Amino acid sequence: MPHWLKPLVLPVALIVLFEAWARATDLQSDSLAPPSAIGRALIEALGSGELWIATRDTLASTLAGLLIGSAIGLMLGIALGLSSGFNRLMDVTIEAIRPIPSIALLPIALIAFGFGYRMEIVIVAFACIWPMLILSRAAIGGIEPRLLEVARLLRLTSADRVRKIVIPAALPRIFVAFRLAAGIALIVAVTCEIAINPIGLGASIMAAQQALRADLMLAYLIWIGAIGFALNAGLLLAQNSLFGRAALAEIAR
Amino acid sequence: MTLPSITPLRPAVASARKPQIAFDRVSLDLGGKTILDTVNLDVAPGEFLCIIGASGCGKTTALRLAAGLYQPTSGRVTFDGVAMTAPRRDIAIVFQDYGKALLPWRTAIGNVSLALETAGVPKPQRADRIEELLVKVGLPFHGDKYPAEMSGGMQQRLQIARCLAQEPKVLLMDEPFGALDAMTRQSLQDEVLELVRASGVTVIFVTHDLEEAIYLGDRVIGLLPHPGRVGIQCAIDLARPRDQLTTREQPQFLALRRQLFDFIKASEA
Repeated sequence: MPHWLKPLVLPVALIVLFEAWARATDLQSDSLAPPSAIGRALIEALGSGELWIATRDTLASTLAGLLIGSAIGLMLGIALGLSSGFNRLMDVTIEAIRPIPSIALLPIALIAFGFGYRMEIVIVAFACIWPMLILSRAAIGGIEPRLLEVARLLRLTSADRVRKIVIPAALPRIFVAFRLAAGIALIVAVTCEIAINPIGLGASIMAAQQALRADLMLAYLIWIGAIGFALNAGLLLAQNSLFGRAALAEIAR
Repeated sequence: MTLPSITPLRPAVASARKPQIAFDRVSLDLGGKTILDTVNLDVAPGEFLCIIGASGCGKTTALRLAAGLYQPTSGRVTFDGVAMTAPRRDIAIVFQDYGKALLPWRTAIGNVSLALETAGVPKPQRADRIEELLVKVGLPFHGDKYPAEMSGGMQQRLQIARCLAQEPKVLLMDEPFGALDAMTRQSLQDEVLELVRASGVTVIFVTHDLEEAIYLGDRVIGLLPHPGRVGIQCAIDLARPRDQLTTREQPQFLALRRQLFDFIKASEA
């Protein structure tokens, strides 16, 4: 058996088993559908164009929110990591705001921005700030002390210390934080759409559910999973090509 | 048994010239504990001084004081008569943990370049200078490799190259070969001796390997632990250039080894 085949055995077996069970019991359900019907619904949706518009809407909000939130989180994280005084000053404020679930901001965002991209982007951005802030702050704090000592011994200026030592040393971990934030961004965007925003894949799932199309609903679910998978795979690829040999060695260590 | 070659006093070479680095009644407390207690130490320009001692005797601390990374609690450390208040570019330090001291995201060339960049060497002059330094430490043709792609010995050579790029007057070495295998260690010992001979740089070399200290040094100082203080000084009059086989077989070498071994053993008791 080729080595890539083994991990596929279980999921394929489960799908076949589910299909057989659905056919044997002549499944009639509002929440479940046999895999073959889900597959047909997915192919149909892919051909209709509606799915592509929904995908575009969800991805646009996800990426815009991700970029805005990550940028804010990164800048704050670096500043907090570098200055213990600033960190102490902001500590209570951050810990007070951070636990607020981003989805709880929906009513406020709805009043402020109405339906559409803008409110969704704001909520996604809010959710992305925190993992980026916390992890980049930790990445700065976790820099090998020996490297900072080398910077002292070579008498690097503060600007050079940040530019040549701090940022490159923290970058691999900051990128991992960005991948984590990307996953959160997609979750929050789809949640927004399911809860209230009438655009994107979340709204499409709700529409399929209300039309009692369990097959189409599950097809959308699988499509969202595929997008999440592709997003992470794309970022992993970017990580490897961005940081090259040095970063690979760093992460493996 | 006293051998004429072993003088417990400061050797003539050090007292005749003005010291380059001087510890004047230096004490250091860290976290409420006295690490070094009233240490007096003069290092002459061009001298190769080795510091030995049981673990916890403060030999690394002494080196960090000489680098300006620590400030003494009392007494003072001077460089050419001026008190050390901060690290200086003309004092370089080679750490034992080369893997942590090198920038993993920069190639060998980039790592050496860091020292030249901060010294303000203009870009067009850097490439030749880096090439020259890499050849000097035995790393030609490895300039494009990242530290993670190099063996331990190569990484330590690279760290030495970066220190030499600072054009130091003093080279501080903190158990630099402690993590390397015996063969690599011996060849690096000889290479460092040759580099020091050619450049005339002053060296303070911390090691726990007594033979290494005798083999390399003009003088060996032994520290006593808890708190760290100078317990023994031996001038090493072995002929230079030294040889890994014949030098280590000389009766003088063996007598020094015995003396220092007894010292360490007594200090640990």
